[in-house]
Amino acid sequence: MPAVEETLDTVRDATQGAYKWGFETDIEMEFAPKGLNEDIVRFISAKKNEPQWLLDWRLRAFEVWKGMEEPRWPAVTYPPIDYQDAYYYAAPKKKDGPKSLDEVDPELLKTYAKLGIPLKEQAILAGVEGAGEVPADGARMPVAVDAVFDSVSVATTYRERLEKEGIIFCAISEAVQKHPELVRKYLGTVVPHTDNFFAALNSAVFTDGSFVYIPKGVRCPMELSTYFRINAKSTGQFERTLIIADEGATVSYLEGCTAPQRDENQLHAAVVELVALDDASIKYSTVQNWYPGDENGVGGIYNFVTKRAACRGKRSKVSWTQVETGSAITWKYPSCILQGEESVGEFYSVAITNNHQQADTGTKMIHLGKNTRSTIVSKGISAGKGQNTYRGLVRISPKASGARNFTQCDSLLIGDLCGAHTVPYIENRCMTAKVEHEATTSRIAEDQLFYCRQRGLSQEDAVGLIVNGFCREVLKELPMEFAVEAQKLLQISLEGSVG
Amino acid sequence: MRASSMRRPEDSEMNSVTPSGNAAAFLHRYAGLAERLPGASIPEVRKLRDAAAETLMAGGLPSRRVEAWRYTDLSPMLRGAFREALTAVDEAVVLPAKRAERRAVFVDGRFRADLSELDGLVAASLAEVIETVAGRLNTVASASQPMVTLNTLLFEDGLVLEVPEGADAGRLELLSVASGETASTVHPRHLIRLARGAKLVLLETALSAAGARHLHNPVFEIEVAEGAKITHVRVQREAESAYHLAHLGVRVAEGGTYDGFVLNAGGKISRSETHLALTGPNAIAHLNGAQLVAEGQLADTTTALDHAAPNCASRQTVKTVLAGRSRGVFQGKILVRREAQKTDGYQMNQALLLSEDAEIDSKPQLEIYADDVKCSHGATAGALDPDSLFYLRARGIPADTARAMLVRAFLQEAVEIVADEPAREALEEAVSAWWAQHGEAA
Repeated sequence: MPAVEETLDTVRDATQGAYKWGFETDIEMEFAPKGLNEDIVRFISAKKNEPQWLLDWRLRAFEVWKGMEEPRWPAVTYPPIDYQDAYYYAAPKKKDGPKSLDEVDPELLKTYAKLGIPLKEQAILAGVEGAGEVPADGARMPVAVDAVFDSVSVATTYRERLEKEGIIFCAISEAVQKHPELVRKYLGTVVPHTDNFFAALNSAVFTDGSFVYIPKGVRCPMELSTYFRINAKSTGQFERTLIIADEGATVSYLEGCTAPQRDENQLHAAVVELVALDDASIKYSTVQNWYPGDENGVGGIYNFVTKRAACRGKRSKVSWTQVETGSAITWKYPSCILQGEESVGEFYSVAITNNHQQADTGTKMIHLGKNTRSTIVSKGISAGKGQNTYRGLVRISPKASGARNFTQCDSLLIGDLCGAHTVPYIENRCMTAKVEHEATTSRIAEDQLFYCRQRGLSQEDAVGLIVNGFCREVLKELPMEFAVEAQKLLQISLEGSVG
Repeated sequence: MRASSMRRPEDSEMNSVTPSGNAAAFLHRYAGLAERLPGASIPEVRKLRDAAAETLMAGGLPSRRVEAWRYTDLSPMLRGAFREALTAVDEAVVLPAKRAERRAVFVDGRFRADLSELDGLVAASLAEVIETVAGRLNTVASASQPMVTLNTLLFEDGLVLEVPEGADAGRLELLSVASGETASTVHPRHLIRLARGAKLVLLETALSAAGARHLHNPVFEIEVAEGAKITHVRVQREAESAYHLAHLGVRVAEGGTYDGFVLNAGGKISRSETHLALTGPNAIAHLNGAQLVAEGQLADTTTALDHAAPNCASRQTVKTVLAGRSRGVFQGKILVRREAQKTDGYQMNQALLLSEDAEIDSKPQLEIYADDVKCSHGATAGALDPDSLFYLRARGIPADTARAMLVRAFLQEAVEIVADEPAREALEEAVSAWWAQHGEAA
């Protein structure tokens, strides 16, 4: 192994000089050329003006990735991805941004309107020039938005307020510049660069994402929020998010995604790492509504995400809540490593697949510390030709005495061409631990529908109502504004699935 | 499928003359025995055996990297040496008391007509009638399943039983005994067929002498025709040093019932794998079971239930009690195909851990492609409930007795599902014997 590394170092040194030369001329480029190789990794790193250690880390990840195989075990099918046929870096051309909402794609605005996103936020989301600088509407609950447009964060609000508390909330590339010691200390410690195929890819080429640090004892005064959107055509998205809650800190983080219609399949391989120290608490909520492809299964986003939290401290807590309605393919297992004694992990999930969507999602709860607790509530809804799989692992190590897990996975089938699957793994090596798992699969009962129809609701509204009821346990975990948006999203996602 | 890409280094040294890999010992045996095994002169049997040899040569027996075997590691068994079972046909064997009027006895894998009573049944030894049933081999059990492959390679005997249309064959005991302490391997193949409306209670007991290190690899192929019903209770109480790797292939036609129960109470490594397909409407499957696992043992109940027709129902309750340094595995998959509307499926598996060193791995799995279905599964794992213990102790019941009561009550929920009284008694007796031996340590 050392011999190999030595060789690599030599190669690296040999190529570096030549590259630095090339960098000067390349800096004006908005896109890195298509394809993935060591030069692209160096290009991205140089674009971001990254320190050497980060570049080395990226290159190590790239090296590992080259030797890895794409996972084949998820219950999803898709044509082979040509990793050389994508752009790995794209900065938005600022001049090309719409001047006002009038110039924004009306289809996009229609979706925003259906979701009830306020105009000001719509403007930010749609990339209207200067929208990010406008202070947000005072009447609304303060939400700090770090909107990620393609690969570069273009709007950040409420920063000052956060700074007063000592909270760091910025793009990860900015954090690398301003707080390198924090980034270096935690980056890759929860999801190592060798973790899996997509995590390795992300480690090599990640371009942006959010960084959050909540200092000791601070309760973050507002919900932190990031809206993601894939904008440029044929651009893979490789966000990297790192959230650290120091001792006794509390934070709630929202991640929302809306993507405009695209015909070409797009790859999205994000990595999210959460670290909770003693008595810290992180709540991470996601509403994922990437473009799912049309009703014939053409287009749509491939969403291959690695999300993991380390509950390192005693009594720390991490709660994942996700509403997954979009993407052609979802491959996502937000997990918790419960190291600290009495730490708590939670996973609340709603996943909807309609038309030709496929979702293979779930969680891992790894109980290492004493008296650790975890709760898993997963609601899967399959309609059209959608395939929905819950795949989860609960592992209790011999030292996790008094550990407790409760898992509930319910599936709802709408139509006879869809599928709902449950694949839980339960591994208990501790006598005093208690693990409970239950799963059900059913369809919407005729009498429930009849009851609603009788009261004058249309078929579609009735289904929406019942589906919302089915998901209530999860939706109630979402922050209030998100919950409203999510409910509407469920309804939009199921449009056309009921006769 | 995955096995081929996960070859161990020794596989690459393999050549066509000397079998290598983890199944080499079995392949060697086959090479020496091929001409003497039953059906050697029947081309279709030879073809099956040769295909099995090829499969084992290429992929070997499954390692833990094969998904279906991730929790059950066969390597301790494969490290040991086995030889052919060599009991003389007339050797006297001490048999347990009869549990039914009729019984078919297999000693070291060979049918013993002298010890069996099969009056009034259409039954025979596979070795004797192989010509007539050759075409049925591997039609219900799938040759792609590793334990079926191994059995296909080396099966030497088995029970062939037909229950004619409308007949009630009553109760039959199927007794498999390993006689010595030798490390023999036996691979019986049992072919059981129930014609329309037929009925049978099959009470199977597998025993071996204490200290026996044999491998028992039985394969059942059970066909249940329209409206027929089989109750199949397996009581596996082999030596704690033995290996038991069973595979049950079952097909149930319209309105038929397979009412199965598997007790895994013996063996260093024991796995009972059932692959059952409900191929006609209104069929019923029960795949219940219990596992009693003590120090140094691994017990695995794996089932794959295929709902391939509408209006079928399946029920499954499997309980595992673990003492000492032991491991329990439950893998239960329920597949509901698109055409299997109105399926009603229920599965429950529970484990009771009596020791700090015990481990339970459980993987219940639902794969559903039909919408008008009602399917649920549940799984729990944990220690004895301290509140229940306290309740009993508070009423003056000694701790040992209280624990015994709670363990029995836990198992009883599964055992009491068995309707056939002698079968249930056999199960209860096995539970008592196990607790008498391991209860104190637990």
